[in-house]
Amino acid sequence: MSLKTFAKGVHPAEFKSLSEDKPIEKMPLPSEVFIPLQQHIGAPCTPVVEKGQMVKTGQVIGKSGGFVSSTIHATITGKIKTIEKFPHPLGINVPMVNIMAEGEEELLPLENLPEKWENASREEILDIILRAGIVGLGGAAFPTQVKLNPPKGKSIDTFIVNGCECEPFLTADHRMMLEQSQELLTGIRIIMKVLNVKRTFIGIEANKMNAVDTLRQATKSFSEITVVPLKVKYPQGAEKMLIDAILNRHVPPGGLPLDVGVVVQNVGTTIAIAQAVTAGKPLIERVVTVTGDAINEPKNVLVRIGTSFQQLLDFCGGLTNNAAKIIMGGPMMGVAQSSLQVPVIKATSGIVCLSDKYTQAKPIYPCIQCGNCVSACPMNLLPTRLARYAEVGNLIMAENLGILNCIECGSCAFVCPAHIPLVQQIRLGKLQINELKRKSKSI
Amino acid sequence: MNTALLYSILSMGGIGLLFSILIALANKKLHVEEDPRIGQISELLPNANCGACGFAGCANFAEALVGGKADLSSCPVTGNDAREVIARILGVDVATGERQVAVVFCRGGDGIVARQAEYRGVATCSAAQIVGGGERACSYGCIGLGDCVVACPFDAIHMNPERIPVVDRAKCTGCGKCVTACPRGVIELHPISHHVFVMCKNEDNPKVSRSVCKHACLACMICERAVNGQGFKVVNNLARVDHAVYTKELVLPTEKCPTKCIVIVGTADEH
Repeated sequence: MSLKTFAKGVHPAEFKSLSEDKPIEKMPLPSEVFIPLQQHIGAPCTPVVEKGQMVKTGQVIGKSGGFVSSTIHATITGKIKTIEKFPHPLGINVPMVNIMAEGEEELLPLENLPEKWENASREEILDIILRAGIVGLGGAAFPTQVKLNPPKGKSIDTFIVNGCECEPFLTADHRMMLEQSQELLTGIRIIMKVLNVKRTFIGIEANKMNAVDTLRQATKSFSEITVVPLKVKYPQGAEKMLIDAILNRHVPPGGLPLDVGVVVQNVGTTIAIAQAVTAGKPLIERVVTVTGDAINEPKNVLVRIGTSFQQLLDFCGGLTNNAAKIIMGGPMMGVAQSSLQVPVIKATSGIVCLSDKYTQAKPIYPCIQCGNCVSACPMNLLPTRLARYAEVGNLIMAENLGILNCIECGSCAFVCPAHIPLVQQIRLGKLQINELKRKSKSI
Repeated sequence: MNTALLYSILSMGGIGLLFSILIALANKKLHVEEDPRIGQISELLPNANCGACGFAGCANFAEALVGGKADLSSCPVTGNDAREVIARILGVDVATGERQVAVVFCRGGDGIVARQAEYRGVATCSAAQIVGGGERACSYGCIGLGDCVVACPFDAIHMNPERIPVVDRAKCTGCGKCVTACPRGVIELHPISHHVFVMCKNEDNPKVSRSVCKHACLACMICERAVNGQGFKVVNNLARVDHAVYTKELVLPTEKCPTKCIVIVGTADEH
């Protein structure tokens, strides 16, 4: 049987065996946490606590700052040392709440939960998701209550759970599917109720057949939920590729999955929704894969948001001596770090530690027009042209060629024999175009 | 003589003559009456076509000036003398402002500022800015990849050996291209009579700024106290100069600054 998939894409080495058999371990509570007031796409949160105040785990410390926004909670019980700018994993300094552990750990559950979620209304559930601070845990961190609340006029007929985890190295979603299949199932049923859809697919890459079997077993009595094994190919886990593979629907350029009647949620997000709605647990911790050839004990760790990378790496046996590069997220789309003081945020799906063996600098040569990037681009763009136009500042041509449709998956840069940093150049072009658009709008 | 040679000279010459007559006729027939002032103003403008005025080039700008669609003040490059002449041609009053020059507010060159990483991406400041700011640890200061040097149409800004841009105050016309090119906002335009600057943009907590750069402003208040608050003010962990007080004379607590980030730029007799 040939497995479903999308056109183009690449096949990076997987490196998943480092951590895929390691059960999720709960990390002991850190002695201090740094919680950024912006961990999601959209408006930053406004702090509602003060320096010196005592907070309990789960207490709200940042309130939603707009429609597309989320809620931030204290993730340990203790005293707020300061609210100041600290380095963030995305390479900027942002305001963070620094909490020192003090007193006995105590979790404040969410208030006003329905007795049984089956009887709760759609609005009630969306409100719980907002109050629980749930955002897309796959890496993009888009506020979930917004995604589950499609604008009027868009009819949604399918919900897809994203269990692809197509990034090399990462195994957090894989472990969650194996160990938390019941919660995942509850999450799916809650979302199906909110979206009022009749069918759900769980897309899983075929390198995780044990997860496919586990979930098939778990969903046996639910005929509307189908587990779909997919071909192992990067970026299978990108929303648009996943919809293409499972439903053969194509999200229009500049459009969203909503436009083809689909909502996609990551496995971790779905489980977080189940925990919030049934047990009142806000999003204070997440599963992070700590892996790579430069970490002594690769693990899947359940860790509190705000724990510094240093503390988390120490829990995993520390770095080896030849560690050269630390990446937040997977190696294809992740962000290299310059400091280990940065905290785990809601979007931290993994920490990949690479030795100098994998991080040697390769000289950048001029483009030889080989077209490898063109045959790799899952969005059917011309990466080499886009990067060139962005480089010389011809933003009009770049936009005409669809630069804004780039999903920054990194496939083009991965196959480029000249080692041209295509994605960085394209990203810069996208930012410049968006900035110009904002400016021309404000005038 | 060879007949082939003769024929070719005659035919080519004939064709040439024919076309030159056609062109001469077309020149007469299609002649556009242009305001002579456009040509005159065009000659007075710097003709560097830097684009700072927002038009495609100096000729376009001249046309817009004559057509009343532009204001002379939007060209920062034209000198005061030329400005007056142009104003006379246009029959308008033009305020002749003081010449502006670019000033680089960072001294954190290689060896001075701490390194945070090895940077291997696209070698421009704007590209480095979106991936954590390149290799220098200071998130306010110069990235050092020279976007401003590339942007300068007058060859007035260069990298020193420590990879910090240095402005040639004689050549700088104040067009502001480097100011827009810098993703960190390290470069500002200042009147040429301003000589005293706090060469730092770091608004971090002094503990942090001290750890990243030897020439960072530590907000220690020594300068503010040295002048009794007259001319120096520390706001948001960064000393700022009040040029209304410190413009003309060059007296000042530069040597008192512990990190040497207060600097005298240029001389009093330049203009």
